[in-house]
Amino acid sequence: MNMHDYLTPNVCTWCPGCGNFGIWTAFKKAAEKEGWNNTNTVLTAGIGCHGHLVNFVKITSFEGLHGRPIPVASGVKLANNRLNVFAFTGDGDALAEGGNHFIHAARRNQDITVVIHDNAIYALTTGQTSPRSPRGYISKSTPGGNIEEPIHPLRLALAAGATFLARVYSGDIERLAEILIAANNHHGLSVVQILQPCVTFNYMYSHIFYQENIYEVGPSYDPTDKTAAFAKTMEWGIKKIPVGILYQVNEPTYEEQIPQIKKHALVHGGTKKRDITKILKMYV
Amino acid sequence: MKPFTFKIGGEAGFGITSAGLTFSKIVSRSGYHAFDYMEYPSIVRGGHNVMQTTIADRRVATPFTTTDFLVALNQETMDRHAQELGKGSILLYDKDENISLKAVSKECRTVGIPLTTIAREAGGNIVMRNTVALAATLNLLGGELSVLKKIISEEFKKKPEILKKNLTVANAGFRHAAVYFKAYQQSVLGKRQATQQKIVVNGNEAIALGAVAAGMQFAAIYPMTPTSNILHVLAKLQEQFGFIYKQPEDEISAINMAIGASFTGARSMTATAGGGFCLMTEGFGLAGMTETPVVIVVGQRGGPATGLPTWTEQGDIQFVLHAHQSEFPRLVLAPGDVEEVFHQTMLAFNLAEKYQTPVVVLVDKHLCESHESVSPFDYRAYRVNRGKVITKKLKKYEHYALSKDGISPRAFAGSGTYVVANSDEHTTAGYSNEEAEVRREQMQKRMQKLSTCAKEDMPKPKVYGPERADVSIVSWGSNKGAILEAMKNFPNVNFLHLTWMNPFPVAFVASFLKKAKTLLNIEGNFSGQVGALITEKTGFKIEHNFLKYDGRPFFPEEIAAEIKKLL
Repeated sequence: MNMHDYLTPNVCTWCPGCGNFGIWTAFKKAAEKEGWNNTNTVLTAGIGCHGHLVNFVKITSFEGLHGRPIPVASGVKLANNRLNVFAFTGDGDALAEGGNHFIHAARRNQDITVVIHDNAIYALTTGQTSPRSPRGYISKSTPGGNIEEPIHPLRLALAAGATFLARVYSGDIERLAEILIAANNHHGLSVVQILQPCVTFNYMYSHIFYQENIYEVGPSYDPTDKTAAFAKTMEWGIKKIPVGILYQVNEPTYEEQIPQIKKHALVHGGTKKRDITKILKMYV
Repeated sequence: MKPFTFKIGGEAGFGITSAGLTFSKIVSRSGYHAFDYMEYPSIVRGGHNVMQTTIADRRVATPFTTTDFLVALNQETMDRHAQELGKGSILLYDKDENISLKAVSKECRTVGIPLTTIAREAGGNIVMRNTVALAATLNLLGGELSVLKKIISEEFKKKPEILKKNLTVANAGFRHAAVYFKAYQQSVLGKRQATQQKIVVNGNEAIALGAVAAGMQFAAIYPMTPTSNILHVLAKLQEQFGFIYKQPEDEISAINMAIGASFTGARSMTATAGGGFCLMTEGFGLAGMTETPVVIVVGQRGGPATGLPTWTEQGDIQFVLHAHQSEFPRLVLAPGDVEEVFHQTMLAFNLAEKYQTPVVVLVDKHLCESHESVSPFDYRAYRVNRGKVITKKLKKYEHYALSKDGISPRAFAGSGTYVVANSDEHTTAGYSNEEAEVRREQMQKRMQKLSTCAKEDMPKPKVYGPERADVSIVSWGSNKGAILEAMKNFPNVNFLHLTWMNPFPVAFVASFLKKAKTLLNIEGNFSGQVGALITEKTGFKIEHNFLKYDGRPFFPEEIAAEIKKLL
């Protein structure tokens, strides 16, 4: 498939200038390069602006409920662990409604790529404060300013046991495509936090804000050092937003510890009536 | 023989349930029918546990309110159950405990045995006094010690030390009763020539075994009473049979994981109780909207909220029928005994895949946790039916293609065919769409499945008893056993047992109600929920209701009393 083959007949519905365009383009680029297609890849998505992505990419997808793309992806991966599985989610989706799934996905280390479209706002519902909105942020739900501390998803995922953490700005399409490939190739759960400006509702985290304040961790940074990674996830501010692969270690994936799916994927075993005569004897 | 009730009670954490199950197995292996019922609080240690077994020479699938043989390991058992002992009954109590016999009827014979001392003298510990009690009971009921010894040998096969002690303890208990209480011996468990070896299973085990037999490949289940035992059985069998059991972080995840696995082509299920199903309701509708097959077992217990965690109720039927916003086709089955549980669970997997929609198997604590001795399940006639599955890779495929029966072809994620499943209203291809015409078409297509199912798969409900009757009982689920037993005294009573709640057998039920002289609706809830369902579907209002919502199952004695009132 080349990039055009990934297009669906649907007209894109994101606002002009939306950070999601960068994610869409980078994903198609990565897909073309890696040969992701309907025999080897499945996407899940939650609800929010990010979820529309599945209407615009011609790869088998499941658009589920708000906050739930991760458990659906878990089920897909367990049923067929030979597939590349991407769970697209937003900051409200992954960190508010689906916070519990996010934490447990991190400790479970399934070989899934979780892509967080982080616009630090509820955009589809026309602009309320999200778990990523900074303190003091004024929105329809916090007219007096946000009085809660924002969540840092990479710090949270690291604490919960995730094995791959990356952060990237949606406008840097080349880098984003590279990171998506690296995340998918990672052996275990990968979390990619994409800094995605919402040009309509988020007046703080604009394209210019990110362009001016992000910096690449660079080749001297050791992503296998957990303490250093924690320090990096603590950084956030003017000129102080680290991007790149912040953490990567190799740990056994959930799937490779399940003996039943060593020889073949679960679904490739076939759905057959089973003989339970011997088991019934144990109940005599 | 008249059904005989054995009961053993003591402090939680002292092996009462395992002793009770051992007794049920003894009954079954001695050639009798066994049905047991367990009462316990929602704590691990210190509460009061009691397990009772009904012994009969025919099928009797219910507990009774009276007790013929009570084993009391502590005073609380006496306080709670002494009044159940009538004429000719026996009380066996631990003489080592300071147990008062004040409350015991004069017509009851008391057998005090120093259970703890005997266990200790034979080299065992306090938990082994259960074995002493069972062995002594066996002696007093005319049973054979070898039956108990065989069960013990099987159970402790891998622990020779404990096995040896238990066998010594069993011998001592049996001998003690033989020496000191010979006069009290009666013939209840004299070995009968059974035609076939029976299995002793409860509803949870029947569900798990049915799922395994039906080719289930993926189960995500969060623990919750009364269905946790399903996951215990599945977790153990997964490697041997090549399926996956996954413990998720919550019930929301459980149903979403099952949906994801099903989307990828695995036969999938989840199980929970009413409270867990509250969390699953959004996923329930998601399965309906995305047309993803999933089997959901819901075990009812006393609610609302945490309610009565370890007690039975039938208060969730209307909830299950209406859970989730808006409308989608849900199939709801409600089996009434372990055999129906096994076969309806197997059927549920075929129905879910054929109709590409969620199927609920609705059970309750009484059904989930009561064991019954039954013939090993015979499912030779079962065929796995996956419905309209496409195995070839298709260039053009529509997951929600319109069809007369409401069922579209089904391709699996990752099979090479491009599939879109969507929780938004969608086009036939699966893309989000909010046009009125598309909405109408997709809604009609989905809801059509119910009519197709009613026509192609729904059996006629069963009616027990004579065709013409003076009193006609309508009931559902686990009430079946108690009602059938109560009917033994009334040749002029019949009983309609409903096992399909959605789709609903409207015409059959309406004609049954029309023919009936006096109707009695029996349900384990406050407002008569299935009575209301019957009214909704048929227009008939059943005048007499016998409703129970105290956490206890129905007993045949109380049903008989209700029948008498109407005759």
